Amino acid sequence: MRHLLSTKDLSREDAILILDTAGEMAKTQERENRKLPTLRGKTVVNLFFEDSTRTRTSFEVAAKRLSADVINFSAKGSSVAKGESLKDTAQTLQAMGSDGVVIRHSASGAAARLATSGWISSAVVNAGDGTHQHPTQALLDAFTIRRHLKGGEAGEGLDGLTVAIVGDVLHSRVARSNVWLLTTLGAKVVLVCPPTLVPIGAETWPVDIVHSLDAALNGYAIDALMMLRIQLERMTGGGAAFFPSPAEYTRLFGLDGSRLARLPQHTIVMHPGPMNRGLEISAEAADSPRSVVVEQVGNGIAVRMAVLYLLLAGEEVA
Amino acid sequence: MSATTTPLVITGVSLYGDTTADLVIAKGEIVSLSAADAPAKARTLDGKGLVALPGLVDLHTHLREPGKEAAETIETGSRSAAAGGYVAVHAMANTTPVADSAGVVEQVWNRGREVGLVDVFPVGAVTVGLAGEHLAELGAMALSAARVRVFSDDGMCVHDPVVMRRALEYVKTFDGVIAQHAQDPRLTEGSQMNEGIVSAELGLAGWPAVAEEAIVARDCLLAEHVGSRVHILHLSTSRSVEIVRWAKARGVTVTAEATPHHIALTDDNARGYDARFKVNPPLRTQEDVEAVHAGIVDGTIDVIGTDHAPHADEDKDCEWAAAAFGMIGLETALGVVQKTLVETGKVTWRDVARLMSEEPARIGRIEGHGRPLAAGEPANVTLVDPKRAWSVDPAAMASRSHNSPFGGMELPGRVVATILRGTVTYADESMRGSLA
Repeated sequence: MRHLLSTKDLSREDAILILDTAGEMAKTQERENRKLPTLRGKTVVNLFFEDSTRTRTSFEVAAKRLSADVINFSAKGSSVAKGESLKDTAQTLQAMGSDGVVIRHSASGAAARLATSGWISSAVVNAGDGTHQHPTQALLDAFTIRRHLKGGEAGEGLDGLTVAIVGDVLHSRVARSNVWLLTTLGAKVVLVCPPTLVPIGAETWPVDIVHSLDAALNGYAIDALMMLRIQLERMTGGGAAFFPSPAEYTRLFGLDGSRLARLPQHTIVMHPGPMNRGLEISAEAADSPRSVVVEQVGNGIAVRMAVLYLLLAGEEVA
Repeated sequence: MSATTTPLVITGVSLYGDTTADLVIAKGEIVSLSAADAPAKARTLDGKGLVALPGLVDLHTHLREPGKEAAETIETGSRSAAAGGYVAVHAMANTTPVADSAGVVEQVWNRGREVGLVDVFPVGAVTVGLAGEHLAELGAMALSAARVRVFSDDGMCVHDPVVMRRALEYVKTFDGVIAQHAQDPRLTEGSQMNEGIVSAELGLAGWPAVAEEAIVARDCLLAEHVGSRVHILHLSTSRSVEIVRWAKARGVTVTAEATPHHIALTDDNARGYDARFKVNPPLRTQEDVEAVHAGIVDGTIDVIGTDHAPHADEDKDCEWAAAAFGMIGLETALGVVQKTLVETGKVTWRDVARLMSEEPARIGRIEGHGRPLAAGEPANVTLVDPKRAWSVDPAAMASRSHNSPFGGMELPGRVVATILRGTVTYADESMRGSLA
């Protein structure tokens, strides 16, 4: 692996290697001294063109726990705001000696452009590109599911499990990343969303698609239920709204106490955060013992440590 | 009289790829098809193995001048056209300022004549500033020295049905035609590529085929209703082909264009997010490509137009969403047509002459172009070596821009010389010894 751009590029072996490595990383995080010397002398740049304190902080913590130097470069107040191109920004950071670039950008494909255009030679980690991919989110989701439902055993996939992803699939890089990763790992994926929020073309994906949460609860034995964030301003504005009202969305797709009660006992409830309580998920569901939302955050650090380790330490090992 | 205008005899050339003859050219005309009639001082070129076509005519070129001279000028674009075998181009109106007045179209017309490498026919904007709201002074442009007959807001769709109806009716006065960029604006807000399997995966906002087809259908019906000519630019979807086929069967005076990129490339090229493949309308699916081929074969599609759209490097060397739409095409058009349509047996060179010279000239109502290769006709000739394969190198092109999607592609044949009214406007290295 040279870059991590999309979960669609990951083989089952690659994906399991990352999850197993993340498992090792998680163990080191239980020690008193959680810092590893692995990436000492390496520089990781967090290149964030979109605000995302959560993801940026997670990558920063992961890199620092591996003893890498971290440069946070955010678009706000930088030369990007003055119209500097992605190419110039990337080359500037490369000139400052970056070994790895973690990029978050509003344009789908921005990470791929950085990795393949010949602008820079650093390893590139996609931390979310437009509505395309957010591979470390899917990896931390898979890691969390494996821990809860497969005992977290090294070498295991997600064979035999059913994961339902509920919400705005059309605009979701989390959904796209999970579709490919979870199916590669052997899980069955069910997308639960209004027809207006399914991309044309998704009918060719290796998933089932249903149009109400009740239909999903009735039709499938769901092992993990993943609620996506609904961006309210996008969803209900003007004549091009994707559904008639927030209340109607909640009625058809929201996870409330009664729907929660219909899930099998072992089923976990996930959310990539930040949650809209009362819209896609009720407080009762968000705070229930089945919710692993907080654990997802912690697992994010272990997964990102694994990815940085595999991309940046690999050269010296080999 | 320069060396390039002394009489020229091309011996044993294949006219339209099917009839071997000589071309005797003097004083801007083809004077005979037999070398026996050659004037004493004529230069002679061995045409064996070459195909002669009537000089190519493009109905769809963006020359960018005035306003975007960093991407192309009338001079560099003319040079690029000549290198591609073109003797005439129609310069689209989306310049800065927009070609929506007699003053601007005359400026473009005059600059084209000064350069003198191809005949530059300005296209007039349909609406003021391409805004789609008020008709531009179409009559003034038609009556100007530029003699505009083709009107288009290309780049923008004339989406208001009432404005489109009025424009169609109005140009009947001077036998003009409205060339429509068929794109429903509301259905394509923010769109980045063809909406389908690839866009779903790449997370790029989709440009649905129906946004083109709905406008094509509406405009065919409007043209029938008011009895006017309409021309559909860069038709790209399989159902657009079906709609135009249906309209033609009803007797609607509709003509349609396909571009070299829409007959050779698909939306799969967007994987990798290389913005050289970003174009409007977007590259479609293989099924669409095949339907467009079928439309060319059965005459539903009348012309191949390049939609040559130069962009400065910085407008393509960036993330997909930030990149400009468009590709250059003048210098690769004939090679792409040979590769995709001639080599596959779908069309003959005689069809190529119709698609790339005769019909564009007829639709544009331009005189002296698209004429037969026959004695007494203007000496507008494109010489092709169909066996001279080459690898496309955008850096080596005459265009000022390099945004070719065909870079690195092998094309089977190439233009070796272009002759405009007896003057050699382009000769490649294999010809320079004979034509210098």
